[in-house]
Amino acid sequence: MRYLLLLYSAADAGPADGSPEQAAQMPKWFEFSNELSEAGSHLAGEALHGEETATTVRVRDGAPIVTDGPFAETKEVLGGFYMIDVENLDEAKKWAAKVPLAPYGSVEIRPIMEIDVPS
Amino acid sequence: MPRSRVAEVFADEWPVLVATLRRDLGDLGLAEEVAQDAFVEAAARWGPDSTPDRPGAWLLTTARRRAIDQIRRDKRFAERLPALADLASAPSRPESELIDDQLALIFGCCHDSLNAEAQIALTLREVCGLSTNQIADTFLVATPTMAKRLVRAKDKIRKAKVPFVVPEPEDLPSRLAAVLHVIYLIFTAGHTNSEGPALVRGDLCDEARWLCEILDRLLASRPPIQRGPAGGVDEVGHEDHETVAAGRAEVQGLLALMMFTDARRATRIDDGGRLVLLEEQDRGLWDQKLVANAQATLATALAAHHPGPYQLQAIIAGLHTTAPSWEATDWSAIGDLYGRLSVMTPSPVVSLNHAVARSMAEGPAVGLAALDELGERHELDDYRYFHAARADLLRRLESTDEAIAAYRRAIELGGNEAEQEFLRGRLRELGVTDP
Repeated sequence: MRYLLLLYSAADAGPADGSPEQAAQMPKWFEFSNELSEAGSHLAGEALHGEETATTVRVRDGAPIVTDGPFAETKEVLGGFYMIDVENLDEAKKWAAKVPLAPYGSVEIRPIMEIDVPS
Repeated sequence: MPRSRVAEVFADEWPVLVATLRRDLGDLGLAEEVAQDAFVEAAARWGPDSTPDRPGAWLLTTARRRAIDQIRRDKRFAERLPALADLASAPSRPESELIDDQLALIFGCCHDSLNAEAQIALTLREVCGLSTNQIADTFLVATPTMAKRLVRAKDKIRKAKVPFVVPEPEDLPSRLAAVLHVIYLIFTAGHTNSEGPALVRGDLCDEARWLCEILDRLLASRPPIQRGPAGGVDEVGHEDHETVAAGRAEVQGLLALMMFTDARRATRIDDGGRLVLLEEQDRGLWDQKLVANAQATLATALAAHHPGPYQLQAIIAGLHTTAPSWEATDWSAIGDLYGRLSVMTPSPVVSLNHAVARSMAEGPAVGLAALDELGERHELDDYRYFHAARADLLRRLESTDEAIAAYRRAIELGGNEAEQEFLRGRLRELGVTDP
């Protein structure tokens, strides 16, 4: 069963970009990804550039509307994700708790909708 | 109200049936649906007082037949469920699997990915067998609202694949704490809404006690967890046994707590519907048989030597319920117990109760000082019982103006009619003409 782990954190939470604290965190992220891969559960995982680099597109009445920034101003912003393949929600929760961001951010677990393609 | 034989059989068989079918079909919603169908069919076929020799087997066979019909008709299920042939010819399940299926049902309904309201509604529907209508009535919400709550919960269970399994020993303490919390919330709801529809076992308080009893019985009946090499000797893991023993001690502790509280039920509200304080209740009207039962249950729990918060609360309730009078209550012991409880499960409410006990043991001035210290943390600013407790101590210390202000604050913060009327009564006693 596939899940997305969506990684959110507030702008002032966690180590600052480019800081030595952030550099010190990197091994923890590698360790997490490796553990996930070794368990055969890692499907994808990426860090995202900050919300200031976001662009949002909507189409209303046939016309595209482009805005600079994320879809909404939120206190915690999306910073990255993992796509995992595990047995059930309890397994997903265990991995979510291990994400290095979990102590200062929020990890949202979303089940992926498996659409059965009719044969 | 005397129940027919059929109603009794239904009450006993419902959780077993739902649990077994959920396991068979892998879908809680479908399991509940065909279980309900089977019960409806049974009510029609059996007389009010005649039941087949093995009602469980009759119900399971009937429900499975309905499930097969449903699966044939609804493509949604066909892809996700085990082969029809397996289901039709499945033999009756061994007792040990039935126990685990029921435990899995209880733990699943109380999974932490579901919010508290959903956990309560699911437990009452799937384990206790209450109808959506009955659950809605007892929680004073409209039936469609409650129906939606249940549907949403079952949807999430299916879509997010919330597991219905007996937790591993390392997870058992926290998962069990969640279940006990749900049971206690059900009991408290039953306690507050003293009027409600007649349910399967009397009322919500009875349902909560029944849930504790069945939980304890199931945990006790589980075969020892088997570890050890394949083909080798089955070993009982010592830690696993101790974990279950510790769990059961807390289940029994909660049961004893609820029994002590229930023993005082007759005197909580007077004939005019007004709240009667513990201080003023007629102790001669307390149910002594239930008190004795509660004491025996608590003794069993404590004998396991696995102390826990519900056991502590039960000891406190026991001290209250066996004291000959309010004045003769062992306040200093109660104060000590709240002190221990505040280390085990720190919470502002526990600290509040601690301060109140201290006020009784050491005088209102000491109690007020403790409450004011607590007040500085501002966690109880909107908790009416905090203000009511302060008001009471101020009243005893004859600080009338401050007492009046505190009673007013408590009233502002809500509560049921009986509570509000009681507080207004206090204001009148202090000379407030228009409380």
